[in-house]
Amino acid sequence: MNEMIDITFGLALVLTLLSTGVYCVFFASQKENLRIVGRVILALSGVVQTIHIGCRFYEAGNMPLTSLHETIAFAAWAATWAFLLFRWRHSVKNLGTFLSFFVLILLVVAALLPSEVVPHSPTMMTFWLPLHAGTSLVAYGFLGMAFLGGVMYLLQERELKRKKFGYFFSRLPSLETLDVLNNHCLAVGFVFLTLGIAAGALWARVVNGGSWQWDWSLLIWFFYLVQVHQRFTVGWRGRRAAAMSIIGFGLAVLTLLGVTYLAGGVHGNG
Amino acid sequence: MAEKQMYLFGVNHKTTPVEIREKIAFTEGYEEALARLRSEVNCHEFYLLSTCNRVEILVYADVDVDIETEIAKFLFFGKIDLANCSDYLYVFKGLDAVKHLFTVAASLDSMVVGEAQILGQLKEGYRYASRFGSTGALLNRVLHKSFSVAKRIRTETGIGASAVSISYAAVQLARKIFGGLEKKKVMLIGAGEMAELAAEHLVGQGVAEVVVANRTLSRAVTLAKRFKGSAVSMEEVYQQLEQVDIIISSTGAQGIVIHADNVRAVMRSRRNRPLFFIDIAVPRDLDPDLNELDNVYLYDIDDLSQVVELNKSERDREAVKAERIVSEETLKFNNWYQGLSVTPAIMGLRGKVEAIVEQELKKTLPRLSSLSDDEKCSVEKMAAAIGAKLLHDPLIYLKSEACHGRNKSQEKVDIIRSVFDLKDGGDG
Repeated sequence: MNEMIDITFGLALVLTLLSTGVYCVFFASQKENLRIVGRVILALSGVVQTIHIGCRFYEAGNMPLTSLHETIAFAAWAATWAFLLFRWRHSVKNLGTFLSFFVLILLVVAALLPSEVVPHSPTMMTFWLPLHAGTSLVAYGFLGMAFLGGVMYLLQERELKRKKFGYFFSRLPSLETLDVLNNHCLAVGFVFLTLGIAAGALWARVVNGGSWQWDWSLLIWFFYLVQVHQRFTVGWRGRRAAAMSIIGFGLAVLTLLGVTYLAGGVHGNG
Repeated sequence: MAEKQMYLFGVNHKTTPVEIREKIAFTEGYEEALARLRSEVNCHEFYLLSTCNRVEILVYADVDVDIETEIAKFLFFGKIDLANCSDYLYVFKGLDAVKHLFTVAASLDSMVVGEAQILGQLKEGYRYASRFGSTGALLNRVLHKSFSVAKRIRTETGIGASAVSISYAAVQLARKIFGGLEKKKVMLIGAGEMAELAAEHLVGQGVAEVVVANRTLSRAVTLAKRFKGSAVSMEEVYQQLEQVDIIISSTGAQGIVIHADNVRAVMRSRRNRPLFFIDIAVPRDLDPDLNELDNVYLYDIDDLSQVVELNKSERDREAVKAERIVSEETLKFNNWYQGLSVTPAIMGLRGKVEAIVEQELKKTLPRLSSLSDDEKCSVEKMAAAIGAKLLHDPLIYLKSEACHGRNKSQEKVDIIRSVFDLKDGGDG
């Protein structure tokens, strides 16, 4: 089984690298059929990543979200599938290039970390942990796409405002498309984030037996809550929304790192 | 028979600076210029085009006339030293003239390549010339052909769509901001010609609604009607900003028409939906600070011309396609033209043989009184068949090498004419 885990991870990494390469060539040359090739390879990588996570699940007997390696690999999986699902409904010009690059970075980082399967301590083993971690990471996938959309938005907006049309102008989608992307990913991401945090709170209650305590991840939740609220009431959009998505995701990644490193496995109250 | 040829003389923005062009432009109008052309230049057919960027004269004249000097005199006499005029004046003969005409009509030779105005100007010139009776079979044909070539190029290439024009640049930017334009509204402030063009372009891209604001409301109403939109007064402009998405301003006002501070307030009620301001007025109508507002994009005429530069490479690709079409159509025209030179000889030859057949039948048939009607009919058929068979080879000879250049076919026509003793039938 361990072999299978290594093989699938390696294969996913190679496929993602390949997909990123094809997407980059597409980005430079704008040849339409390359984009389709890139997307198919990325979809394959998504399938292989799913198998990889399945193998780990089988091996560990629970959701493979224990080590940082597993967490980041899971985030890559979530981002890949968030994109593939989104792509199914909306077309955002050249998002694939950014996303495949993003997934590649996640997988490379994961590859550099120790990857042995660590079983959970029995006290933590409840139904709530995988639910909490799974939904949270799916939320991260969507929020990661919002982050990428935000980066693309800022690049494009900069060219439009400065009236200097460089490399990105013709290659990036319209501002409105990116804003819609931000809107959708934020909405879906926020729902999952809420579910994840609720599950996390219940899990903490079960494990600690005590009352619910303050958690870093709640800060992120509030951050996104403000963003969603402002968007739907006052119409926060455009550059501000893009910047918020980037900051929000930055905070989320910091928390994710904190989850496994700083606090020894559990959020601030481990 | 004197040989005739088509010539095209011209002066344009590439060869001639504007100081010279304005001297030779026909400000007095087409009628007078055409009348002068008729009296001063010795030719069979002529056509004149005069725009602010070019003067083109198309003539069909005998080759032994020194047409070049006559045209130079007609254009430059009393305005510029005739010794210098060869620097400015270009001449194309025969097929090259046709090709140049097609190139001009397709807007490939224009200052703003791909602009559609030139075709209208060409047609206007043709209206005057045909009313004046100065165009004959050949020029009518070549001019009509030039219109259809222009149309073909417009539909088959992107030269018109990627016209390196301000309004195209505006549409391109709007697409980068809004994506699709289907649900967007446009407001024109001031009803200038440029604004109208840009609006037309946007409507062509599927913009949902056009609102026109103008100082004189009647003009606004007329323009709004053209786009099936609505007209508003200048006082309602800020109020309209809550509804519209793209604003094209081109008033003749001296000061600023829309201030950034007022727009900031509007953005709140728009829930920050983006606004795209296009200022094509000189002096500018719109507050330059507008661009500093979030979700507001302001482009003035100079900014748009940067986008225009960006489009040049794409346009160049389309121009290659367009030039191929021009060459193709020139070749087609040549085939027709070659056919034209042999047609009178063919007609003459046929006519002569038919006359002989008829004459001989008339002589013979009355003497063959014993024949039945059927038999008479057979004899008539036989005579006609002999005539036709005899004609076959000379006709093949005439038609076969039609594509080997007009001079060659003229030679053949002359041979056939002298062998069969045909009279000059005139050309066309």
